[in-house]
Amino acid sequence: MGRTVSVFALRLLGALAIPIVAFAVLWLTFDYLRDENANRFMVVGVALLVGVGGVFFLYWGMNRVVDFLPERVREGVRPYVFVGPCLVILAVFLVYPVINTILISLKDASSEKFVGLDNFRFVFTDHDMLLSIRNTAGWIVLVPLFSVTIGLAFATLADRLRSGEAVAKSLIFLPMAISFAGAAIVWRLIYSFRPPGFGSNIGLLNGVMIGLGQDPIPWLEQQPWNNLLLMVIMVWMQTGFAMVVLSAAIKSIPDEIIEAARIDGASEWQVFQRIMVPSILPTIVVVTTYMVINALKVFDIIFVMGNAESDGTVVIAERMIDWFFVGLHAGRGAAIAVVLFAAIVPVMIWNIRQFREQEMTR
Amino acid sequence: MSAPAIPVPETAAEARAPGEVRRGGWIIRITVVAIVVLWLIPTAGVLITSFRPEELVVSSGWWTALAHPFRAAEWTLENYRTALDAAGFGNAFMNSLAVTIPATVIPITIAAFAAYAFSWMEFKGRYVMFVAVAGLLVVPLQMALIPILRLYADGAVLFGRRIFPDLDLNGTFLGVWLAHAGFGLPLATYLLTNYIRSLPSSIIESAKIDGADHFTIFWRLVIPLSVPGLAAFAIFQFLWVWNDLLVALVFLGGSSENQVLTVALRNLLGGRGEDWQVLTAAAFISMSLPLIVFFSLQKYFVRGLTAGAVKG
Repeated sequence: MGRTVSVFALRLLGALAIPIVAFAVLWLTFDYLRDENANRFMVVGVALLVGVGGVFFLYWGMNRVVDFLPERVREGVRPYVFVGPCLVILAVFLVYPVINTILISLKDASSEKFVGLDNFRFVFTDHDMLLSIRNTAGWIVLVPLFSVTIGLAFATLADRLRSGEAVAKSLIFLPMAISFAGAAIVWRLIYSFRPPGFGSNIGLLNGVMIGLGQDPIPWLEQQPWNNLLLMVIMVWMQTGFAMVVLSAAIKSIPDEIIEAARIDGASEWQVFQRIMVPSILPTIVVVTTYMVINALKVFDIIFVMGNAESDGTVVIAERMIDWFFVGLHAGRGAAIAVVLFAAIVPVMIWNIRQFREQEMTR
Repeated sequence: MSAPAIPVPETAAEARAPGEVRRGGWIIRITVVAIVVLWLIPTAGVLITSFRPEELVVSSGWWTALAHPFRAAEWTLENYRTALDAAGFGNAFMNSLAVTIPATVIPITIAAFAAYAFSWMEFKGRYVMFVAVAGLLVVPLQMALIPILRLYADGAVLFGRRIFPDLDLNGTFLGVWLAHAGFGLPLATYLLTNYIRSLPSSIIESAKIDGADHFTIFWRLVIPLSVPGLAAFAIFQFLWVWNDLLVALVFLGGSSENQVLTVALRNLLGGRGEDWQVLTAAAFISMSLPLIVFFSLQKYFVRGLTAGAVKG
């Protein structure tokens, strides 16, 4: 009897000690990671070890602790150990921020006193804000429109190739792997402009202009057309995504339907318009809504291209960061975020619903 | 029901019924080639510029290099040396790795445990909790930036009581990992739950009868069976974090010690915006890993991205 008790006590001690030791080790390593003078490779190595291994051992330790609970509550507690961390992180990183952002949006620059709806009034009256709303409206209409149209056209055409379809598709898809910051550099090289006397123009577009005997143009300063030039970057990046997804949908249309239509004398255009497009419409909707959401949140392209304010290329998500970090007005930044949130929610609900329906039908 | 949203063929050129006539003349072929070339020109420009010496980069467009591609004086590796050492992109590459790998593994681990519980464990509030998690898909990242930044800096005080400690996490890797984990969790949990729930229940039941506990079933059975779903999400999250500028900029800051590749690119563009030879080399360094992932794991890559189409 005494032996069982002491074994139990030992195991209990072990169960408690493991998480405590794990926690202490984590804490020490975080302090180490914060040390500015530590060797870079060591820091990265330790970071990887902790970040990758630490989480697993946290679960393992918690699971061990549960093993030492009285038997009748044990299996009642265990599920909460499995879902708990997920719920806690979501509560801290998403639920709390949503409430907090809404509160901040009703307060002044330093979040000290409530100012009612002043910040929202600002959002819908300030010149740059209105401009950003106009530009964002352009982004959410034009980028999905062009990406999906070009993607659909390319998918349909590539489907008819005798060979090389896979290669052609992966080359169009390739920009999807690149960051917006990288893509911005790629395209700056195309739009690059140097005024006369400041060296030769090495940008591709101005190279073409000079080749045609025209004067070079500062492309990114041509308001409001520079907005379109920036949208081209996003179209370039996302068309591949639309193309790959739509191509898969086209291939899943049963061949018999298309053949039957052809035998009945339908032209290729009629087949495309009356059979292909209606059959893949749910996929088109998911892809389009996804792109609308991405376009609503576009930030990196504008931010990296620089001079958004003087060039008139401001967008909503960029204004938010600008007001919070440059304008140092948390209230306005938060109000812009809330407006963005309000715009995204309906699109997102629509998107998830379509996504679910697609999953159901399979 | 499985993780990818939209049916994606196993290989890009999925085989059709043999003997089927593919209509497609040279007009289609030329159009396809034209679009592909148009799509490749921007990247080709960057690639070529990154290998040209400075004096040529500033004096002539990159396309002039195509006129005499075999002249040795046209090409150099110096730009990559400058980018990696002087411009700090070697360091930034390491930082990107240190941010990206844990920021991918942490949410997947947490989501997989939760997904298993939602799928195969009985407990009160299971359905409500799952719906709440999926509902958080609608929250855009922008909504969370300001509060999280303040939470990291000052902790949280509610009605005069401290409900969250002041951890001083801004500028630390841990702060970025947790932020990315939080923003990636709703999608990860939603997709992995769909995947893990669709595993055959007979396998899990028989393991239970054999006396395996939940942790063993999860680790030894469910995880190995869910590799395709996990891989698809892992690639999506990996690319998302690797290519992210906003979260890294906000939570890790722009200091040269901690900057990741996207932040370094942005700083370089601000400071040496006309040093095209360094900029392009740096851009290619930042693209190298995603492109390797893209070409080696294309199948999972496409699946992950299609699954990612519901990210808020």
